[in-house]
Amino acid sequence: MTTPTASPGDRVVRVASGQGFWGDWLEAPRRQVEGGQVDYLMLDYLAEVTMSILQKQKERDPNMGYARDFVGAVESVLPGVAERGVRVIANAGGVNPPACAAAVREVARKHGVSDRVRIGVVTGDDLLPRLDELMAGGHPLAHMETGEPLSTVRDRVLSANAYIGSVPIVQALANGANIVVTGRSTDTALTMAPLRHEFGWGATDWNRLAAGIIAGHIIECGAQCSGGNCLYEWQTIPDLANVGYPIVEGHADGSFVIYKHPKTGGRISVPSVSEQLVYEMGDPHSYITPDVVADFTSIRLEQVGENRVRVFGITGRPPTDKLKVSIAYRAGFKAVGTLVYAWPDAYAKAQVADRVLRERMKNLGLELDTVLTEFVGVSATHGPLAGPPGDPPEVQLRVGVRGTNKASVERFTREIAPLVLNGPPSVTGFAGGRPKVEEIVAYWPALIDKTVVRTNVEVLA
Amino acid sequence: MKVRLLDIAHARSGDKGDTANVGVIALKPEWYPALAKHLTLDRVRQHFRGVITGDVERYELPNLNALNFLLHGALDGGGTLSLKTDAQGKVYSTALLRLVLDVPDDEASAVRLPGKKQWPAYTRSHHE
Repeated sequence: MTTPTASPGDRVVRVASGQGFWGDWLEAPRRQVEGGQVDYLMLDYLAEVTMSILQKQKERDPNMGYARDFVGAVESVLPGVAERGVRVIANAGGVNPPACAAAVREVARKHGVSDRVRIGVVTGDDLLPRLDELMAGGHPLAHMETGEPLSTVRDRVLSANAYIGSVPIVQALANGANIVVTGRSTDTALTMAPLRHEFGWGATDWNRLAAGIIAGHIIECGAQCSGGNCLYEWQTIPDLANVGYPIVEGHADGSFVIYKHPKTGGRISVPSVSEQLVYEMGDPHSYITPDVVADFTSIRLEQVGENRVRVFGITGRPPTDKLKVSIAYRAGFKAVGTLVYAWPDAYAKAQVADRVLRERMKNLGLELDTVLTEFVGVSATHGPLAGPPGDPPEVQLRVGVRGTNKASVERFTREIAPLVLNGPPSVTGFAGGRPKVEEIVAYWPALIDKTVVRTNVEVLA
Repeated sequence: MKVRLLDIAHARSGDKGDTANVGVIALKPEWYPALAKHLTLDRVRQHFRGVITGDVERYELPNLNALNFLLHGALDGGGTLSLKTDAQGKVYSTALLRLVLDVPDDEASAVRLPGKKQWPAYTRSHHE
């Protein structure tokens, strides 16, 4: 099937991706807003366990609990927002969207553009204060994989947030917000919402809503669809130092083109977009979101120009009556220690060191649930599939332990360094010092009835 | 003919809890039918035996010339629990591309699949 791209006069809406996760390239938001015309800048900050980290920060300081990088990102794009009408949508609010909005407002005030910034704040995804009420009211919040009820870990829960969809973001835009801050919105809603708002897609416009979700999926990981982490002909992908982040050029009928600004590096091609489409995919027939269930087997891709891929033909169907809930709970402690063994017999030395370490831990009676040994350079990433190691110049011994007994995990961290002087020879690479004990905050996915979650939208004047 | 997956497909992998997914995409559209025919559920189960603790699921996306595999029990608990270097399953993609398919010579030559008579004898004994 071949179709021309856009007929002249066909209105387009451009949504640019400026951040694929909290920690992504700090330069990207500004480059997206200054590299060419865009209408919206979409910034995705939240991974599965980010909410719990933010919850811990909020416990220490009630004004924290959001992605602080976002404040700098807004500052870097303020001219575009204040002078050229670019609107920003981000799930940077974490567990404290009001505090995030206040910080953004302060930045706008500092730059004298308060009158041109209207911040929309979306709340209602945070279920932590309501958890006991919900559980008592017949919502077990059972683990989606194991089926265990949440009551088994209730006393260790740190955060609980429902994944919310496009509706409150669309409302914030309709109410005139030009910076929208949400908590645990789905990543894809951040892109679909502005398309839905601009084109007036209805709540049962399943195919177009699904198209907006798939546009979101393609750009939610930033440059991962425009040449970053791309295996296809990776040696030929140009100028990654100057990589262009992706932009959705959306059309009213739901079709869209993925492109990037001119004079940027990377590559947007059918293979690069295909790789991102299959990333973190489950059953491709049913990509479930709060707004719509999208069918990835309906997607058509077509290269329509240099670094331009048209996406069309997408179908969707009504969503379920549940929302996914992201719950984080304390699940013990872990630590990882490493040492590097050099040629000759690097692998054999690392194996002996592992045996010595394990024998000492056993003699100490350490209480650990798991001890995992990997040999980096031999089998850490592909295990036995990697085949025999030959005669490598060095091998890193990497030992990780996990358990609920903190003292035992702590004691393990003291057993690595001694091996340098009292274990097998030719060992180095311990300059990082003693391994750090980390508290494990684990992820508990659950479902809840949609009707229970009430979102709220406020636009700050 | 022995056809190494790396020579006919590219791939990307990611995680969902303790499950890794690997999306495998034919390098050329005309190679997808052979990929879909020979890269079976059993073949992938066998490839990852002893590497993952759970079962495998398989889905077809002919529109993208792609297959999607879900590898359960692949990530030592997944997320923050995992002690693995590859806690998020980012490189299961290339682990799958190590797989070598047996494709009848006439089928392979009909679409010019790159292959060889034999790949070096594959051994796992070293690590077992």
